Amino acid sequence: MAPEAPVTATLPAPIYGAWMMHTEGRMPRRKSYEAKIDFLQILDENGKLDARLAKDTLTDEQVVASYEQMWICREYDETAFKLQRSGRMGTYPQNKGQEAAAIGSALAMKKGADWLVPCYRENAALFMHGLPMHYILLHWMGDERGNQVPEGVNQTPISIPIGTHMLHATGIAWAMKLRGDEDSAVITYFGDGATSEGDFHGAMNFASTLQVPCVFMCQNNQWAISVPRSEQMRSPTVAQKAIAYEMPTIQVDGNDIFAVYKAVKDARDRAVDGGGPSFIEAVTYRLGDHTTADDARRYRDQAELDSWLEKDPIIRIRKYLESKDLWSEKDQKKLGERAKKIVAEVVKTAEGIEDPTTDDIFNYTFAGLCDELETQRETLRTNSLGQFPEQAGLRGRAERV
Amino acid sequence: MAQLTLVQAINQALDQEMERDERVVVLGEDVGVNGGVFRVTEGLAEKHGKHRCQNTPLDESGIMGTAIGLAMADMRPIPEIQFEGFLGPAYDQLVNHAARFRTRTRGAITIPLTVRVPVGGGIHAPELHSDSPEAIYAHTPGLKVVMPSTPHDAKGLLLASIRDPDPVVFFEPKRVYRSFREEVPEDDYEIEIGKAKVVSEGEDLTVVSWGASVFQCLEAMDNLPEDVSVELIDLRTIYPIDMDTIIASVEKTGRCVIVHEAPKTCGMGAELTARIQEHCFLSLEAPVQRVAGFDTVMPYYKLELDYLPDAARIGEGVKACLAY
Repeated sequence: MAPEAPVTATLPAPIYGAWMMHTEGRMPRRKSYEAKIDFLQILDENGKLDARLAKDTLTDEQVVASYEQMWICREYDETAFKLQRSGRMGTYPQNKGQEAAAIGSALAMKKGADWLVPCYRENAALFMHGLPMHYILLHWMGDERGNQVPEGVNQTPISIPIGTHMLHATGIAWAMKLRGDEDSAVITYFGDGATSEGDFHGAMNFASTLQVPCVFMCQNNQWAISVPRSEQMRSPTVAQKAIAYEMPTIQVDGNDIFAVYKAVKDARDRAVDGGGPSFIEAVTYRLGDHTTADDARRYRDQAELDSWLEKDPIIRIRKYLESKDLWSEKDQKKLGERAKKIVAEVVKTAEGIEDPTTDDIFNYTFAGLCDELETQRETLRTNSLGQFPEQAGLRGRAERV
Repeated sequence: MAQLTLVQAINQALDQEMERDERVVVLGEDVGVNGGVFRVTEGLAEKHGKHRCQNTPLDESGIMGTAIGLAMADMRPIPEIQFEGFLGPAYDQLVNHAARFRTRTRGAITIPLTVRVPVGGGIHAPELHSDSPEAIYAHTPGLKVVMPSTPHDAKGLLLASIRDPDPVVFFEPKRVYRSFREEVPEDDYEIEIGKAKVVSEGEDLTVVSWGASVFQCLEAMDNLPEDVSVELIDLRTIYPIDMDTIIASVEKTGRCVIVHEAPKTCGMGAELTARIQEHCFLSLEAPVQRVAGFDTVMPYYKLELDYLPDAARIGEGVKACLAY
């Protein structure tokens, strides 16, 4: 669009000049823009493995262990759902269907050296990197102690607001770079909806310009509560958003543990070698509702859900294991029982923890409590008002009695 | 007249205003087919078209910022932010832009938007879903802040807010959403912004509250000795403050207790207390008493009922103020 009136001599005409010369006054037009994004799948829906691509990925033992992990986490997830339904727990977001993305990525990251900065749909990854399983239940039971990540476990607590935590991941990775940490990187998890938040773009841009060792792991589960991906963004892939930040990017079958592992492993290798951040879009599906507080049948087609039920990551990994004689009915029976036992124990632990006292509301406000907060803490202890130290029984009790 | 819940009354107000004024556009996360996380916008997309009840990308700053643009262009946007905690990402747009445009442009550009926000605790919700940040927005010049506690008031105040020429933060106490029904006229009616309501008249002491806490105050009053006569004021609008109603009451009773869920320090109770002593100093028989949340992060739900002022604590406050 050339200006209609000639540009006056006082204006810096060369601003327009450069592209006008090449385009004869018109913006270049293309019919459509298509980003080229590679898609990686190694284990297909029928459990058939691409042996060439699978080379140097997971050992048989790792695959068996991953399957077991997946099964246990599914049992955990279904149990958590039932706890909510029976009034023993508050709102809970099911992870069902996304276990391969969580477990494949967690396997590719280095426990103890790397940091995990999660959202709330990758419980399995957190457990594999050392979070005791009852912590997540405790969180959803309305208890902050579920966020009190144990010493030595490098992860932030699950993040309830959407998309705010990726910036923290970038910051942690930045610290690693500044300190010169060797062989450590960060992975941050988020959904397709989170990429609409401004903070997502800030995190990507910082990570890219600073070239920090961070892996951006988008679990594209197709739905942000009731909003489908197609209404969330116009771009046909999430992965292409990383192109704007000059970041290596790939789309993988998120229900294929081999593909997830390989992509994350490559990204981590690149990160620790000083190659900066990478982006991975794991294409998966939220088999459950957003949380126990909604009902996806209000907005989602049953047919769509059914088609994804067939792509369940658990089904294909089991088919694969059976085809290689790595798994039997007997193993399955044993695993089923073991999973139930483990989860029952975890529930017992979470429910057995004594309720927090009201002091817990105050004690972590600052490293040390100011007088005002001490007074308030005391007033809640004594069921009084919290207005003056006297009311809390901290001063002048004798005169008042 | 129909018996409606708070959710239904707000839904009716939105529906009727969308019908009456085609400039009204509802926008927010999940407000379309799903009817919002609390179903407040249920049926609006079907009836008025998806383009007038627009599902947006998951971006609160985007929701607020584009609502400002819509308002500048003479539309009447009603953005919904799913929970008060998620006003955080929209804060810059709301506080630094929506609230300031009229002043910045000396009236040339104005922002008639009404942002609807569920507020407060007590429903077993997750982190960042239970806060009470009304004082933050009352402290922001250029914003009006409304918090009805009943279905009837909600409809009239929402219609007044949408028709107000300036940005209004419309807080909806989630604890009240479905807690009871009352008669709500089908007709179009407004309740003036900036007018408190005397819920019950009394002689001995004034209680001022708003939002869900009003019902805790009523419960506390039921538990008081029969010879104690309390006047309960539901503020309804947090800003501008209806000082006339409060002054008239405190001049009569000489004693005042203010109750709110938000942290005590710099909560609205502080502002009201300051104004009461400015206006009613010689009428006061006792220091103004605040019964409020604590100066801590709102706890997760295992402890939320300990945090929120309940009838027992409010009763203690009333007794302390009476005994002074």
